[in-house]
Amino acid sequence: MSVLIYIELENGSIKKTSLEAIAYGAKVAEKTGVKATVLAIGKAEMTELGKSGRYGASKVLHAADDKLVHENSMAYADVLVQAVQQEETKIVILSKSGLGDAMAARAAARLNAAVVSGVTQLPETGDVFKVTRSIFTGKAFATTQINSEIKILVIKKNVIEIDENAVATENAEIVPFAPTFREDDFRAAVVNVEKADTELSLTEADIIVSGGRGMKGPENWQLLLDFAKALGAATGCSKPVSDLDWRPHHEHIGQTGIKVAPNLYIACGISGAIQHLAGVNGSKCIVVINKDPEAPFFKAADYGIVGDIFEILPRLTEAAKKLR
Amino acid sequence: MLAYYLRFSVTCVDKVILRKVKIHNYIIMKILVCITNVPDTTAKIAFTDNDTKLNKNGIQYIIGPYDDYALARGVEIKEQTGGTLTVLHVGGAEADPQIRKALAIGADDAIRVNAEPLDSYFTAHQIAHIAKQNDYDLILMGRESIDYNSGVVHGLVGEMLGIPSYSPVMKLDFEGNNATITREIDGGKEILKASLPLVLGCQEPIAEWKIPNMRGIMTARTKPLNVVEPVAAEEMTTPEKYTLPAPKGACRMIPASEAETLIRLLQTEAKVI
Repeated sequence: MSVLIYIELENGSIKKTSLEAIAYGAKVAEKTGVKATVLAIGKAEMTELGKSGRYGASKVLHAADDKLVHENSMAYADVLVQAVQQEETKIVILSKSGLGDAMAARAAARLNAAVVSGVTQLPETGDVFKVTRSIFTGKAFATTQINSEIKILVIKKNVIEIDENAVATENAEIVPFAPTFREDDFRAAVVNVEKADTELSLTEADIIVSGGRGMKGPENWQLLLDFAKALGAATGCSKPVSDLDWRPHHEHIGQTGIKVAPNLYIACGISGAIQHLAGVNGSKCIVVINKDPEAPFFKAADYGIVGDIFEILPRLTEAAKKLR
Repeated sequence: MLAYYLRFSVTCVDKVILRKVKIHNYIIMKILVCITNVPDTTAKIAFTDNDTKLNKNGIQYIIGPYDDYALARGVEIKEQTGGTLTVLHVGGAEADPQIRKALAIGADDAIRVNAEPLDSYFTAHQIAHIAKQNDYDLILMGRESIDYNSGVVHGLVGEMLGIPSYSPVMKLDFEGNNATITREIDGGKEILKASLPLVLGCQEPIAEWKIPNMRGIMTARTKPLNVVEPVAAEEMTTPEKYTLPAPKGACRMIPASEAETLIRLLQTEAKVI
């Protein structure tokens, strides 16, 4: 019996959100007196997978079938279900993403398990099993009892501290895992995959610098990109900016775009419409730079500067460069 | 399956018979769009009854924004193919104005499962039950509801029906019964080709939101809204209580003339860089 944690890989490396999932799963395993096992799908170096040990996992099941090259939630859920059965798992942990939610849902329907997505705290594991999760796009929390025997928890990003030296173990043991598939899993053919050529993905970034209509046009974005580079940050934008095609859609942060939860979110020339706030309210620290002192974003900010972004950004870039 | 490929003239055949018939390059599709009834994005969230219920006072309810995208694209596909579009909601009668709006936008009929949507599993169970009875080709819904933000109902419904599900879908086109789907993946997008039936969770820019016109509003009044009772489902979760986040401290303002101080504060005070 063990807590099973599914981890996502990006170019062979364990994603930060998945490290958080391992840390969470290891704590739940400790609480319930079982071991923490990791499930990894896709190509990865053994040394990278072995790192799971440092975050508290004792074993890694590795499914590297060629069929699993694309993020196919049906096939991935098959793998997850078989791993749950093999490990006699009662608690499954995933990190919140489109893939995580889809796998969790499909596995839940097959395992007759409850799935709770957006979990923000460790569960209560007494006579009743209770979890707390984020609802209303970060505006509230709900505490829920889970009644099913198998429980699937999808963890919200950046709510669990990761400690690289949580456990003084060596590397986790890596065991190849060869699941079987259903024909229907591969009914869809992947025609093309287009990955943005940015090094930092918005959902993984610790720091995000984001621009709004106050940037006045795409030609001014270099100022923002320079600042982001000096901080090692990813860049995002508000909905009007992507609607106007100043920036690509995948950079749109907000209610109907990407929801981010970095440690630091710096908004430049974004007024802070509630739809935008819904996408950033998981951020640990928010900085707002805007020429309008009445911009609603200041109410949600930790630090604010009222002034001309075109004058302030280059100065901040210089100051940030001096840090390194 | 053979019926899919038979060609008939559109005009002279009864719509019911036509349902799975291919005309030109389109299948006459039977579409189901599932909608949520949720507090408007700008709603102030508060709880009553010892923090066990949402305080609905003064809250404006809307069709979930993602569901609204799904509905808009569903209506466009229906108009292209001459199929039928049913809108489905699991919830109480308070959602009827939103269901009428969906009918005004272009749905042909509506089903409301008369039950409080207790959790994702319960909701998915009701949707799957309705879907099994009606044999839909395409089931659309938003990528997530904006109240519980779970984003798992499409996956649950897909698995319960034994058909593929994809989310979040940003673009959807058809050639015959083959869908071309563009969906967002971490840091990019993926383009897929898949045959029907499918369950899809939708998001922008799949279509522009539609606003009902006067004719739509008039005809919506007489379109069927069938209220059905729920089927029994296992109680997977039991809600206990709600809490609000701790209030945010005041924003610390830094004069523009001393903007550089920000970087120092972020490093030494907030410790985020």
